[in-house]
Parts: sequence; C-alpha cells; structure tokens
Amino acid sequence: MAVLERTYKRYEGTLSPEWSRFLIIPRHAVRNIFRSKLFTGFYALSFVWPLVCAILIYLHHNAEALAILRVNVVDVLPIDATFFQTFVAVQGTIGFFLAMLVGPQQVSRDLTNNALPLYLCRPFSRSEYVVGKMSIVIILLSTITWIPGLILFLLQSYLEGWTWFSANIPIASAIFLGSLVWIVLLALLTQTISAWVRWSLAARAAMIGLFLIPGVFATIVNEMIQTHWGNIISLNALIANVWAGLFGTFVRQTSQVQERRGGQIIREALMTEPPLWASWFMLFLICALCLWLLSRKVKAYEVVK
Amino acid sequence: MTLAVATTDSHLNDSAGVITLDNLSVNFGGRPILKSLNGELRGRAIGLLGPNGAGKTTLIHTLLGFHPPASGTARIFGSDIRSDANQIKRLIGYMPERDSFITKMSCIHFVRFMAELSGLPSAAALERAHEALFFVGLGEARYRNVDTFSLGMKQLAKLAQAIVHGPKLIFLDEPTNGLDPPARQRMIKMIREIRDSGQANIVLSSHLLRDVEECCEEILILKEGRLVTYCNLEEERKANKKFLMLETRGDLHSFIEGVSRMGAECAVTSDHRLRIILQDGNEIRDLYRLAADSQVQIRRLAFKRDSLEDIFLKAMENGDVA
Repeated sequence: MAVLERTYKRYEGTLSPEWSRFLIIPRHAVRNIFRSKLFTGFYALSFVWPLVCAILIYLHHNAEALAILRVNVVDVLPIDATFFQTFVAVQGTIGFFLAMLVGPQQVSRDLTNNALPLYLCRPFSRSEYVVGKMSIVIILLSTITWIPGLILFLLQSYLEGWTWFSANIPIASAIFLGSLVWIVLLALLTQTISAWVRWSLAARAAMIGLFLIPGVFATIVNEMIQTHWGNIISLNALIANVWAGLFGTFVRQTSQVQERRGGQIIREALMTEPPLWASWFMLFLICALCLWLLSRKVKAYEVVK
Repeated sequence: MTLAVATTDSHLNDSAGVITLDNLSVNFGGRPILKSLNGELRGRAIGLLGPNGAGKTTLIHTLLGFHPPASGTARIFGSDIRSDANQIKRLIGYMPERDSFITKMSCIHFVRFMAELSGLPSAAALERAHEALFFVGLGEARYRNVDTFSLGMKQLAKLAQAIVHGPKLIFLDEPTNGLDPPARQRMIKMIREIRDSGQANIVLSSHLLRDVEECCEEILILKEGRLVTYCNLEEERKANKKFLMLETRGDLHSFIEGVSRMGAECAVTSDHRLRIILQDGNEIRDLYRLAADSQVQIRRLAFKRDSLEDIFLKAMENGDVA
C-alpha cells in the first residue's frame, strides 16, 4: 500500500510484543497532556518540594553551609522515617491535584466519541485498555512521588554512609510501596469517575467530593458515637494510616472520653483507632469496587434494556 | 522490540469459509436478537442486508466479539469466535457505523495510533498510516484534527483506520452513510478496489441495496434476527445470462415450436412478448435464424434477471427462514 501506488496490501511485517501494547496509550496520551500549559506549569512546580528536601539533606551533612547560614545542626530536621513520610504525603497531595487535572477526561472522552469499539475490535482487551489508561496517571505520578523519593533516599545514603543505607532499607520500600498504593488508588478513582461522569468539571468536583465528604462524615460519626471507627470511611485517614504503617510510625491510638456532670463521671468511652489491617482492607475494597464499576462501563457497546 | 510475523496465517484453515455461522443466537436482556443463524460464506465481498433492527450490526458485533453468543457459535477463517477471539481480531478491520474517533488528535496521529494498537511497531505504523490516508484520499488533510473533518472525510478516516494494519477481513458497517453522490461513488470504488486486490475479504452491512449490489458477490438478508435469504449474486448473474425477454411481431406458433425443438424453455407473457430460458449450447444467433425462418420479427431482445431489489422484496414478503 505504497503512497504512490495507492493499492491495498496486507501488512507482512513484524508485530510488537503483546505484553507491551497497553503502553501505547500512555505514550500517545502524555504527548497531548503536556500541550496544556496549566498542567505543564503545575507539573514543574511539583518538583519544588523534592528540591527543598534535597537541599535539606545536603545542609544536614554540610557543616560549613550551616555555619554560613548560622543554623545549629540540632535545629535542622532529622532525616529519618518521618522526614520521608512527610515527603510522600506532600508529593501525594500534589499528585492528587495532578491526577485531578489529567484523569477525568481519559475514559469519558473515549465513551463520548464512541472510541471504545475501535480499541476493542483490535487484539486489545478491556483490561489492557483500563491498565493503559491507568498507567497514564501511574507514570506521571511516579515521576513526582517515589522516583524523586528514592533519589532523595540514595542522596541521604550517599552522604550518611553505607551503614545508614543498610539500616534504613525499610524506608526505601515504604517510599515505593506507600507512593504506589496512593497512585494506584488515584488512578482507579480517576478512571472510574471518568467512566461514569462524562463532564470533566463535574468529574473533578466528584473527585474532591470523594475525599472531602467521607472525611466530614467520618468526623460526624466519630463525634456522635464517640469512636474512631468512623475513620474507616475517610480516604484521607485510610491512606495516612497505611503510610504510617509502612513507615513504622503507626500507633493505634486509644483515648478515653469522660462525660462529667456535677463533678461526677456519668459516662466513659474508650475510643480506639481501627487496626492497620482495616485500613488496608478498606483500600482494597475501594479498589475492587472501582474495578467493578469500570468493568460495567468499559464495553465496546452498551446494551440498553 | 518486535516479535511475531503478522501474517502467519498457517494456523488458519484456508479451506474453511470466510464466515461460518453455526446455529448462532444472541440475546440482549433475555430478548432474542439473532435467532439460530446458519450458513457458510465464502465470497470476497459479502453483503449484509435487512431492514432497520434486523440484526445486521448485532451480527457484526458478535463476530467482532463485542457480544457473547447465547448459543451456537461462528467461525472466521476456521477460528471460533468463542475460543479464538484474540486470534480473529488480528485478522480483522472494522469500520463502525457511528462516528468513532479519539478527539484532539490529528488524522495521521489517530490512524497511526490505531495501527499501533493492532500490533504494528511505531515506525511501520506511521508509514502505513500515511499510505492508508493517501489510499482513501485524505493525503492532503492528514495533519488536520479529526474533529474538524466533514462527515464524508470522517467516513474516509474511519475506513483508513480499518485498513491501516492490512487486515484479512474488513467489516464495513454502513460505509456510505451520510455521503453525497460523488463521495459515495468514491467509497464504493475503494471498496471494490480492496475486493479486487484479492488481499482482503469484505463484509458490507448496508440498508442501501445499490451499495451491496455494486460491491458484493454474496448476500445475506436478515429479518427480525433470522436469516431469510442467502444469495450468491455472482452465480445468480451467471445463471440469468440465458434468461431472455423478447418482443416480437408475427405468427408465434412455429417460432415457439422451433424454440422448444432447440431444447429451450419458452413462455408467452403477453401478446407479443416471450420469456425464454436458453440451455447450454443454445446461441442467440439460433433464435434470429429461427425467427427469420418463422417469419417473426424480433423487435427487442434483453437479458433479464432478478434485481437485488426483487430478491430483497421477495425475502421481506416471504420472511421465512432460508
């Protein structure tokens, strides 16, 4: 089928490996995404905090620089699990806004323009489509979360020495796993919302609502029935617990609430934080729900009853 | 990073028909849409005809693996749509009826993307995308955004994405929808070119009889989810070559006797009109000679065959399973 001959000819060449086909979607999508100046600007800004962290790590190990800045080494932040946990939390929050900019139009555009039959009439399955769409968010967010996180970890290891590196390997795995759990959750949520809410502005609002409304509801439940189990429905609390668990800073807080009248205790309640496994379980449940909702929508054609 | 050769069709049974329907039924929400379809199609271009809601598009979608069969199955080049769906999808191209695009992409980018999804490596996909767009006549507009295309151009872009990976079987669902007469002619010409290249088989679904008649060799007529007529247009045309309508003047008695002696079948339809079916070995010149001997003038002689419209209308009237 040469341009000049203009005749139909079958393709006789080689094919790309099947396992890599899902990556075609992010490769083409990223090109479009970076056409948006808003996104590009925001993406560039998301590297500010890793840069600040790198400077902090550098200062921590540079007595001369601290002397010039007239800062006592005691006043400098310690580079430990909490430091990296804070890094993951800050970058995770920025990642949320990036996912909100990129995610909501990914599936909805294809559904609005009937593009799904074009994907699915090829040797390309529904799961490859979902994984391909998710990997847009996963790849972009990886570049601002666990990749710079691990670079910072290696920088700290380089400056502190091999002993620190070998003693703190769990921090590296916590950076990677904690970021990955958050990224996958965001990817699934954005794709699910995108599949069900076609208007991208409404989809973005729904995304914010998903994090805000259950959080507020959780607080109300906690206050009303004097418990901490309300946190089980708050996405923010769930991911914070998972991060704390991975970085080894999770404490199952127990507090006692006493209601007094006339100097006498009339009611006493013991408020226990839900266990760590409950947070993992809830996140797993949310991911499973997202996959089920996606499977309902990602079809070549919807059969209307 | 390239692996398998694209067109290693050795696993395909070449002796098998292009499409074999084996008691295929499809239900939507418990309601039967396709009802026990049977048949084997071997033509280079197969037409799917039927009124709206007859099940043409559902049949195509089932063959593409979009809808699971409720019972029975179908085979494409011998591969079962239930068990070898992925294998089948490597060999087919699909041009959907409705507008189907990926927005915010130039046409070349869109077609290249589709080629890559079909398994072509990036460089080959780009090359084939250029070729496909020149083939369909969108060479000059290939860097324009698909969103800005007219309806006719969108149809061409849809055809380009269906053929870019060089499939062995191409499903075209209402390819001339919304096209003006010149654009329709161009589309039909391209479909015939693909058919005549011998490189791909075509399944053309349309409610426009003329489109099917101009492009297809075999037709399936569906009505209410049932297969009401299967017709091989090529054979029909060949068979009807010896079916003549004659307008005559003069005494027909001896002429009719002469025709019968030739072995041909003859029927008088009105006063001076005859319908004759010639047998092998009968020539037209024999008729003229016989007419001269019988003092009969042949004023008009025409080959007559059932048009597709006749076949279609007959199928709609009868409406029983073929």
